[in-house]
Amino acid sequence: MMNKLRTTICLNVVIVSMLTAISHAQQGPALPPGLGGDDGGTDGPTLPAGLNGDEPGGPSLPEGLGDDEEPLPEREEDEKVLPDWLDLTGFWEVRGGVRTQADRHQKDASVGETRLQLKWMKAWKKMSFRVTGDFLYDPVLDHHSVDLQSGQGWFNLREANVSFTPLDWLDIRLGRQILTWGTGDLIFINDLFPKDWISFFIGRDVEYLKAPSDAIKLSAFSDFANVDVVYVPQFDGDRYVRGRRISYWSNTLGRRAGRDAVIDGDEPNEPFRDDEFHLRIFRNLEGLELAAYGYWGYWKSPGGLNPVTGEATFPRLNVYGASARKQIHGGIGNVEFGYYDSKHDRSGEDPFINNDQIRFLVGYERDLPEVAHDLRIGMQYYLEWMQDYEQYKDALPTTAKSADEFRHVLTFRISKQYLSQNLTLSMFAFYSPSDSDAYLRPKVSYKIDDHWSVEFGGNVFFGAHPHTFFTQFARNSNVYAALRYGF
Amino acid sequence: MRIRTLSTLMAIAVLTGATGLLKAQTTKPAKETTTRPSVDEIVEKTNYVSYYQGKTGKADVNMTIVDARKNKRSREFTIIRWDEPHPKAKKLSDKEIEKLPEKEQKEIEQHTGEQKFYVFFHRPADVDNWAFLVWKHMGKDDDRWLYMPQLDNLKRISAADKRTSFVGSHFLYEDVSGRNIDLDKHELVDETKDYYILKNTPKNKKYVDFAYYKMWIHKDSFVVVQTSYYDDQGKEYRRYNALGVKNIQGHPTVVKSRMTDLRDKSYTVMQYSDVKYDVPLKEEIFSERYLRRPPMQYLK
Repeated sequence: MMNKLRTTICLNVVIVSMLTAISHAQQGPALPPGLGGDDGGTDGPTLPAGLNGDEPGGPSLPEGLGDDEEPLPEREEDEKVLPDWLDLTGFWEVRGGVRTQADRHQKDASVGETRLQLKWMKAWKKMSFRVTGDFLYDPVLDHHSVDLQSGQGWFNLREANVSFTPLDWLDIRLGRQILTWGTGDLIFINDLFPKDWISFFIGRDVEYLKAPSDAIKLSAFSDFANVDVVYVPQFDGDRYVRGRRISYWSNTLGRRAGRDAVIDGDEPNEPFRDDEFHLRIFRNLEGLELAAYGYWGYWKSPGGLNPVTGEATFPRLNVYGASARKQIHGGIGNVEFGYYDSKHDRSGEDPFINNDQIRFLVGYERDLPEVAHDLRIGMQYYLEWMQDYEQYKDALPTTAKSADEFRHVLTFRISKQYLSQNLTLSMFAFYSPSDSDAYLRPKVSYKIDDHWSVEFGGNVFFGAHPHTFFTQFARNSNVYAALRYGF
Repeated sequence: MRIRTLSTLMAIAVLTGATGLLKAQTTKPAKETTTRPSVDEIVEKTNYVSYYQGKTGKADVNMTIVDARKNKRSREFTIIRWDEPHPKAKKLSDKEIEKLPEKEQKEIEQHTGEQKFYVFFHRPADVDNWAFLVWKHMGKDDDRWLYMPQLDNLKRISAADKRTSFVGSHFLYEDVSGRNIDLDKHELVDETKDYYILKNTPKNKKYVDFAYYKMWIHKDSFVVVQTSYYDDQGKEYRRYNALGVKNIQGHPTVVKSRMTDLRDKSYTVMQYSDVKYDVPLKEEIFSERYLRRPPMQYLK
């Protein structure tokens, strides 16, 4: 009998519990603070009795997530390393790399350095200051004295500029600054701003491909079109391969050379006489980005040779070009061209100065959600077409290797992210079917947490003929690793 | 008392209580003499409250991302928004709009169309000062740009993938900018004292990871309090919860929310602060000029 009573009581308890559960489920989730029943006055609905929104536990958890759930985290303040009033951010990095094969003209280490970058920024409504400097200890290059123009030494000033808006339609930026425009992906036709090819080839962060310009930039905006004008009072050339840490093909010597034959450059360096003008006129027509470009200056990397002194020269160069970029079928398509007018050798008969060139680019990049999330691929076709080719061939010394009239380059980029976008695997490849050479840039990067990140990568050069653009660097193929702490 | 009688009495008590509970669920509250809005009206009103309140908006956002192993990461950014005005309102000043009949004024205010978003990142350190711009379109792919100041590089980004994680959090791009209401079939499957419960099934299964999702929409405010996503087996695998709501300038605003991956219990908490509506922002701010020169008066 007692058993029967016990059974009945248990059954009733079960029924009541089930009904309570069903009724809760039908009620839906508990109303969050702010919607708890009353419509509230001008201050909005008051929080339900007993619930203070500031409690560290947070509002009561909705049904179904269980009692064992931890209280919601406090608003996660990323622990600031430096106090806010300093307006200072930056990173500290250690980077090392080695060549994958021996090069008798170079050290085995391709890169080995520790770097501290500090960035100071102060901005108000119409004016802002920006200074970015790198403190660098680079025992591989072993050249520690500071040269602010070339970026060598233990201190490298990347930015020091002031921006202001004197009129509603006019923005001005004055000082040392990084400048980029154009539509290519690691292919530059109308971007004649200085590049640091050495940093690019040895495995430094891609930020360092762009070298700073000391310039004044004026940007005028209107409904019809926008205009950027950049005036550089003293020529800012590329940081090009000279042989000090990367070997190159020397036409004069007929072989690869490096530290045994470091290129001497005769850069134009007279302020206000050896100056540059960059121009861009651009407009966004409901998603179609159009631009026209002009450049009046000099070849940025050596564009000629002084036959008497053997120095690399930087002859006059004007570039005229245009580009368009638009979204097509979910991806980004772009097309760009430029006419390189080598002013001192328009006829093409001077063997010691580059000929005129036409450069053309067409590209397409797209995410592929059909295959996987966070997967992106991009492809480009790039052409360099030497003008006055017959004259070039006639003028070329018989011992020198000749370049092709048409140099074709294809590029391919693929990247995929994993682990909530904290792990990125990527590869960028240049391949020239006409030169029969290639350059691969594989990379793996991982964000350990909000401050620490690590990166491994390589720069791989190979090809059939030692004198072509990529193959000449074949002995400089390298792998590198870096550890960075950002703050 | 005899055991049998006691059992019977208990049974009656339980059943009465149970019936009472059930009745409480199914009896409509006395005040509901007003007509219930149609499904389409509920969907439009909810979409408006979630993404379109005010002509413009600004908020500082802090995201805390907690993975399956309880490691935490944070993201801090400021987001500003501009809504394209109703075609009728484009040529009219605010004063002229106030003179229109109330029905037209409401139509103008509740217009949901194209939008522009500008996101300016503060933390973590590797995206500091990066700026992200989205032009949200109806019926065609959004336009997106990402500006990286250390390279002065204005990169244009494919918008093919709207259902991928936004900055590594559990919120997707589509959660942040809004899913087009025409992409799903909407049904009102239930109604309680506080909520309309909608079931939404995608018209095109090809590009989504869910079979359907349900929304619990607060009746008074049209704030979405919970969204549950179900897989092909009908199992709930992802859930959104609104955790705190504030009335800001007359607009009910979710200031704290959470997106949980129920499979591994990882989640992201998103908290909004310094939320402002009808900030005097001009459309031209959402352009290349201001990616290269961030409008700091709105972004601090």
